[in-house]
Amino acid sequence: MARYLIGRIISLVFVIWIVSMITFFLMHSVPGGPFDEGKQRLPDAAKANILRKYGLDRPIWEQYLRYMSHALRFDFGIPYQVPTETVASLIRKTWFVTAQVGLMTVALAFGGGIIVGVIAAYHRGSWIDTIVTFIATLGITLPNFVVALWMILFFSVYLKVLPMGGWNEPGEWLIPGIFSKNWIMPVLAYALAPFSLVARYTRSSVLEALQADYVRTARAKGLRDNVILRRHVMKNAAIPMITALGPVIPDLLTGSIFIEATFRIPGLGKYFVTSTFNRDYPMIMALILLIAVLWGVTYLLTDVAYTWVDPRVRFSARGG
Amino acid sequence: MAEQIAIRPTIPDIGGVKFSGRQRTLWRDAVRRFRRNRLAMLGLILVSAFVLTAILADVLAPYPYDKPFFDKVLQLPFRDPAHILGNDEVGRDFLSRLIYGARTSITVGLAVQFIAFSIGIPLGALAGYRGGVIDFVVMRLVDIMTAFPGLLFAIFLITVWGGGMWKVILVLGFTSWLGPTRLVRAQFLSLREKEFVEAARCIGARERDILFRHILPNTLAPLLVALSFGIPGAIFGEAGLSFLGIGINDPLPSWGKMVGVSGSYIRVYWHVGLFPTVLIALTMLGFSFLGDGLRDALDPKLSR
Repeated sequence: MARYLIGRIISLVFVIWIVSMITFFLMHSVPGGPFDEGKQRLPDAAKANILRKYGLDRPIWEQYLRYMSHALRFDFGIPYQVPTETVASLIRKTWFVTAQVGLMTVALAFGGGIIVGVIAAYHRGSWIDTIVTFIATLGITLPNFVVALWMILFFSVYLKVLPMGGWNEPGEWLIPGIFSKNWIMPVLAYALAPFSLVARYTRSSVLEALQADYVRTARAKGLRDNVILRRHVMKNAAIPMITALGPVIPDLLTGSIFIEATFRIPGLGKYFVTSTFNRDYPMIMALILLIAVLWGVTYLLTDVAYTWVDPRVRFSARGG
Repeated sequence: MAEQIAIRPTIPDIGGVKFSGRQRTLWRDAVRRFRRNRLAMLGLILVSAFVLTAILADVLAPYPYDKPFFDKVLQLPFRDPAHILGNDEVGRDFLSRLIYGARTSITVGLAVQFIAFSIGIPLGALAGYRGGVIDFVVMRLVDIMTAFPGLLFAIFLITVWGGGMWKVILVLGFTSWLGPTRLVRAQFLSLREKEFVEAARCIGARERDILFRHILPNTLAPLLVALSFGIPGAIFGEAGLSFLGIGINDPLPSWGKMVGVSGSYIRVYWHVGLFPTVLIALTMLGFSFLGDGLRDALDPKLSR
């Protein structure tokens, strides 16, 4: 177990290191830099000064080494687009917005999806099951910006009951302002796809568990239905769900660029797009590394959680 | 896995009566199962309509996609019989743009999958069949690429290299070869141990023939399923990038771009947002039904 974990962590670190190198060198290899002049040309000396200030006059490998040695100490530099902030504080601020939408989406998608999935599986073949399966298929297939646009057309343009989007302040708490209505559509539009995924997955794993011999035994000895469902079915159905659905969570917490663009939410996604446009090297690096690390750690954690809920799984038995 | 078993019965000659013993092959069985699946047939119809629209765009569209009518900017649909679906923000006929948009989508969808499979098939085959060091290197490469956040990486590459149809295709192609590689590798890993491969090796078949004549045809069924899910994935990628304004460049029409632009006008001019989203939705649903149907038809063991 310990040996397996150490191996996994080492390979994760290796992968992140390669990712950082590829991103860094790709970023610097293309023409165009963060301080290219538009209409007004800077004097050569001034430009050289700016480049020197940010260390951009150094050879590229030296810049990389310097960046990484700072990054390892959690110093991610200063974003070129907002020089009065640090990258870390800017990410914290924008992620704060994204994460609130993400948290509510996770709650809605997992809470709703699991309940609906269990109900559908329990009433297999009924009209409830048909409706759930239908909505889940739609939800998985449709891109979220399509759903978002339909919601805007219906709720804000046709019924005029919800705002088309927007956000008051970047640092604003959303959850006390729950009556602000701003968050309803983004969260619903964002949650539909993961909700469908969770519902569909829950339905199939509960169905599988319902057909198991131990459920028949439990029924034969006269246990009540909800006890069987809670104690026998849900516990066993949870095992496949953890590995399949765990990685969805960090994905949701880092937000969707489309949702943020559609509803004009000042979150992480918006910053990523503007950062790449402006060649804001420190921001690009930090965002790509952040998401890569988040993904790697989640995969590791889901694997660990898997052995925890299912003691039969041994790491040694599983090939890389 | 799905082995292609061709049973060729000797057709008995029963007193001059012609016995029509049609061969039963994997593919013929699959077609039969597919046609019984109503949802799959619906998917096939949607996808065929989409592909035909793309091919016949020149015939179907009433106007060229880039011809503006400056007196009819943002005209609402069903008002003017000359422009049934209205006009867009520069006055171009919306119906024509929607029709040509199908061509953009399918071009990107097919070309991206072509790139993804041309990288994935040889790489996966080599890794799965040879194993050892090659397998290790290929799989670490896949690991590294997996760690890149897919869409963000595509956005990053596009802003770095610039937009346009061919750049979009290249970028999406280079970020979507992982799936085919993993799939082909897994197939080759399991197939290389099969008896028919051993038999082929015993009679002294060349390595090349074992790879391409014996193993590759047996991976066709899962590859086809992967393709039918990969095409809408690429179409979604293009629509997403264009939606953000960094994909297809004007004047070439793209449904995603139409949706992205529509945000500013949607309060009054609902048609510029609604029609392209409906088409994107129908296309995605069509491919999804088709893919599900193909999977169920080709691999009956893998039923949901």
